[in-house]
Amino acid sequence: MLQATSPARTRARPAAAPATRAVFPQRALPLALALPQLLVVALFFLWPTYLALREAFINVNAFGLGGRFVGLANFAYVLTTGSYLHALGVTAEFGLIATAARMALGLLLAEQVQQVGRGRAIYRTLFAWTYAVPAAVAGSLWLFIFNPQVGMGGEILAALGVRWNFLLSSSQALAVVISMTVWQLTAYNYLFFTAGLQSLPEDVLEAGALDGAGPSKRFWRITFPMLAPTTFYLSVVNIIFVFFSTFATIDILTQGGPDNGTATLVYRIYQDAFQNANTSVAGAETILLILLVSALTAVQFRFLGRRGYYQ
Amino acid sequence: MRARRRREAGRHVLLIGLALIFLVPIYVAVVAASHSAGDLLAAFPYAPGGLLLRNLGRVLIAGFPNAAPVDRMLANSLVMALGISLGKLLISVPAAFAVVFFNFRGRMLVFWLIFITLLLPVEVRFFPTYQITAQLGLLNSYGGLILPLMASATATFLFRQYFLTLPKELADAARIDGVRPLQFLLRIVLPLSRPNLAALFVIEFVYGWNQYLWPLLTTTDTHYQTVVMGMQGMISIASSFGVPQWNLVMAAAILALLPPVLVVVAMQRWFVRGIAAGIN
Repeated sequence: MLQATSPARTRARPAAAPATRAVFPQRALPLALALPQLLVVALFFLWPTYLALREAFINVNAFGLGGRFVGLANFAYVLTTGSYLHALGVTAEFGLIATAARMALGLLLAEQVQQVGRGRAIYRTLFAWTYAVPAAVAGSLWLFIFNPQVGMGGEILAALGVRWNFLLSSSQALAVVISMTVWQLTAYNYLFFTAGLQSLPEDVLEAGALDGAGPSKRFWRITFPMLAPTTFYLSVVNIIFVFFSTFATIDILTQGGPDNGTATLVYRIYQDAFQNANTSVAGAETILLILLVSALTAVQFRFLGRRGYYQ
Repeated sequence: MRARRRREAGRHVLLIGLALIFLVPIYVAVVAASHSAGDLLAAFPYAPGGLLLRNLGRVLIAGFPNAAPVDRMLANSLVMALGISLGKLLISVPAAFAVVFFNFRGRMLVFWLIFITLLLPVEVRFFPTYQITAQLGLLNSYGGLILPLMASATATFLFRQYFLTLPKELADAARIDGVRPLQFLLRIVLPLSRPNLAALFVIEFVYGWNQYLWPLLTTTDTHYQTVVMGMQGMISIASSFGVPQWNLVMAAAILALLPPVLVVVAMQRWFVRGIAAGIN
């Protein structure tokens, strides 16, 4: 699932001096209250992050013993072998296509449901439930449906004249992976666009209607520009999601293949760490991914204030 | 008037059509799970067969060879999902309460130590986290499945934001009346937070149930495997038969997706609230 980078409704973000309603004078009690969370954070966040940093800069010998400081050598190795850049390319292609498709479909659904007179609550259920389906289970469904031998989708595509075998064709494999995430995550985009549409000021929309502009013109000239904060927020979240949350989908459907055609950055770390047992390379790749995701998150936080603009 | 009614009808046709398309994969799973494995080898049977309950019962109780039965996996998934959702609430409410309602030495440090975790989800740092979990001897245990996934401040952040919206007078009045901080938390703040508690519970339950990579890394003992991660093993066992047992895989898939989907549909109001607040 996604991480909670952005409490969208909140304009306040952790600033230099965090806000407070401090009234109670106790000193030990608040520390005791925060202690359980601090322990979990120290053990399972700070320590692992430190470990990744350390491993990225040392080289462990073939027996897994010792290790010497090698500076940026691991990073240089990762960035020059080509396969990492290939994974970056795959991730970017996956991210851009999937983001565009999920957002377009989510916006269409939200717009249409917003306009109907009856049944909005039922439609909300019908378009939101896929978000709860575990990615690995959705992947299993897709694996069966598009199975070249027994799958219904495979049969239909073959009948249409497509030489269908996503286990052999990397572009077909990527299409299967992307279509699965579109099925699963359009729901998220639909819910956000619905919230965005509901927060638009009625009078502006009505003024557009009185001017005699047609529905599609009204949508593109008035509604869509006013949804810009939601659109921006969703594009960043969808892209970040592809950067770190695609493991289950890829592992069930393609294991990164064929020919590494669906090996995203997270999948690549898994392969280096657990299949190639190369901790130094996996450490460097983890740091690079952390930098990438942090940069995207920073962009998101930077513009976060704009999201609540119409609310 | 008539044109408007026609447009309304057109919208319903479009929306119902799309809703049905979203349901197709589930229909396919149910059809496959209601046939014998041999039936699926020929052209796909578009109508359900009569073996649904038998196949569901078979994966639930007997399971696949060399794998835990699915009822065991479902129980593990439930422990993991409840452990993560309740555990997160249990540690994040007091932490948020501490940073909002007290002014103590080290408050800034506590604040930043907790909220720095917002930057990096566990999926990004899974490899070093796995190494730590192994060093702590937590592989193949419920602690190893649950604790590392609690190291995120999403819930804490949400509660902090909510606590800041409570009027300052509320806490002032409580203090002047001699109400002690913990009483204030339990008697006043928590009852007011009920909608947020429900929203967080739904989101975190689904998050915990749907985990795949983490249980895959930390459990090798079938005793601790969850149903979502178990899908991979079940698929490879089912494919190793002369006649691939896709009917049983689809039966297991239905059992694995039903609990989170039912929780979301039943608690939809809270789910939408949580999503809209950005706790994905």
